[in-house]
Amino acid sequence: MAEPAVLERPTGWAGRVITLAARQRELTLAGLIVVLAALVALQAPQLLSSSNLAQVTAQASIIGIAAVGQTLVILTRNVDLSVESTIGLVAFVVAEVLAQRMLEPAAAIAFGVGLGLVLGVANGVLVALLNVPSIVATLGTLSIYRGIDFLLAGGKQVTLTDLPPGYTDAARATVVGIPLFFLVAVAIIAAFAVILRQTTFGRQLYAVGSNPEAAAILGIRSRLIVFVAFALCGMLAGVAGVLWGIEFGTINATAATGVVLQVVAACVVGGVNIFGGSGTVVGAGLGALFLGFISNALILLRLSQFWLQAIYGIVILVAVSIDALVTRRLARSTTVRRSFVGAAAAGRARR
Amino acid sequence: MTAAVARLARWEILLGLVLLALLGVGQAMSAVFLTPRNVANLTAALIEVAIMALPLALIVIAGEIDLSVESMVGLACALLGFLWAAGVPLEAGIPIVLVVGALGGLLNGVLVTGFGLPSLVVTIGTLALFRGLALVVLGPQGVSGFPDAFTTFGFGTVPGTPIPWPALVFLPLAVILGVVLHATWIGRQIYAVGKNASAARFSGVRVLRLKLALFVLSGTIAALAGVILTARFASARADVGQGMTLTVVTVVLLGGVNIFGGRGTIPGVVLAALTLAVLGNVLRLGNVSAEIQSIAIGALLVVSVVIPNLAHQVQALYRRVRGGRHLPAGAVGTG
Repeated sequence: MAEPAVLERPTGWAGRVITLAARQRELTLAGLIVVLAALVALQAPQLLSSSNLAQVTAQASIIGIAAVGQTLVILTRNVDLSVESTIGLVAFVVAEVLAQRMLEPAAAIAFGVGLGLVLGVANGVLVALLNVPSIVATLGTLSIYRGIDFLLAGGKQVTLTDLPPGYTDAARATVVGIPLFFLVAVAIIAAFAVILRQTTFGRQLYAVGSNPEAAAILGIRSRLIVFVAFALCGMLAGVAGVLWGIEFGTINATAATGVVLQVVAACVVGGVNIFGGSGTVVGAGLGALFLGFISNALILLRLSQFWLQAIYGIVILVAVSIDALVTRRLARSTTVRRSFVGAAAAGRARR
Repeated sequence: MTAAVARLARWEILLGLVLLALLGVGQAMSAVFLTPRNVANLTAALIEVAIMALPLALIVIAGEIDLSVESMVGLACALLGFLWAAGVPLEAGIPIVLVVGALGGLLNGVLVTGFGLPSLVVTIGTLALFRGLALVVLGPQGVSGFPDAFTTFGFGTVPGTPIPWPALVFLPLAVILGVVLHATWIGRQIYAVGKNASAARFSGVRVLRLKLALFVLSGTIAALAGVILTARFASARADVGQGMTLTVVTVVLLGGVNIFGGRGTIPGVVLAALTLAVLGNVLRLGNVSAEIQSIAIGALLVVSVVIPNLAHQVQALYRRVRGGRHLPAGAVGTG
């Protein structure tokens, strides 16, 4: 999104660098990824091997696709905590349907994406129609969808050998040397980047998130927009679930547990403002890639994987703190009175 | 104001009736239901959740949320196990764990009040951070061999009664926080902040300091719950408490606390904890699997918000039809 030109108070080079870096979030993040990869590659050259890159991008693609959906929801000042259960449920159902030979692979994939859409629609109904705050609604469905997953699975798992031969080959397939998953993720990110920039729906999504009152005055049907955002988020989580099944092959009822933290982390690292109304899907995708490289670096540098969870937490906290500082700096540098900013912040703090 | 009190009273009476009905169902299903042994089981199963729900209720009434409590439970458990394995006696280990809980709460509080960040995102971040630290501290192994006195505190009962020892932590805490919330100026400030933070600030309430204190309280109590959980399981692992946040938040909202802040009572939360404990027990007596129980809890969470919302909408509609007064439509799901 184009940032408005703002007169800045001279606040020292460090402050200016941080502000500039945060405004050019996608570029900064891409730079960070390159620097991180270069540093790690000095210690562990196998980072740049094609098989390693394929693995990093495959997992980052899954998280990135889910993060695109999450971005749509966060832009409207909501959050969807149920994505991980949607991913897990879709992954299991698709695997089970294939193992029972109930559907052809293509039909099973479509079924999985459709199931994701239905789960997203359910969230949308709760939030947009029944006025349940998204945090409550999706915390509830996080547990409900996972419970359904456990009910269907009943303790068993679908293994690689149950699946149609060749089904999981897609995880390692490449098109002109580029992993298929990565291309799927890029295509989805590109499509939604265009939708957000060029279509009425996209602009209304930003409008609802940045100023709900003004959006209402303009006649934007914010409930419908929020509903569609949740539905699309569920659908994209469905896509991620299908890819998850292809990537891992062996699926039980606990698949993708805890993944929502990575998805939300990818969004906030990618500069999607948690207050709604600003951020891009390209940023969210790059955020997923950044997290993927961190995870990979830990493995290659033989550091304990136990640090990963803590690092995700720190990354989330640092990213939102930087966002808040930059927002404050921008707000201060305009002629808005500070007391007004304080009141607005206090108002926002009430969620 | 009277209307609000009346509505709350109705909610708590409703909960009380549901609780009585569940007790009746349980009694009809099994003769052992109200025996001291089963009552002890029933209370023990949800005691940590009930303890954590008390400070969380205050936070939600003040208009914030703390999703990180389950990871603080894990961190407290892992740290206590680590210290015990390293030869630190529990008399020193438990205070250290509680201090770490307070520091974790302080981190949440500083990020929310000092940086002006939304508590939802901050505590999602610390949800990952605290769990990660728990894994770093203890790794995948478990620690056991705690002294008998400690583990007895976890799953024993007060001699001659069916009351589990941890209930002796919960009850005084509930009374103290209930009195603070409902009978002191601190409680009135908490409601004021939750209803309208700016108005409270302009009325002289130190909004940020109050919220900071509440987060520190929540972190400390979560660590205490972690200690109790360690005693009850007689072992320490880094992964305990996963998924607990759902149940804690469910107890708070089922207790009639408004997710947008400004409304809710401690008696309501206590009733909700009891109701959920009895429901879990009844479901177990009926051989309902743990998975369906988690579906039931999730559904209960959603329903406990949908019902008051619908009631409110019907009320607003009724007023509009009757008085012709146009009520401003609330913003859709702001976070």
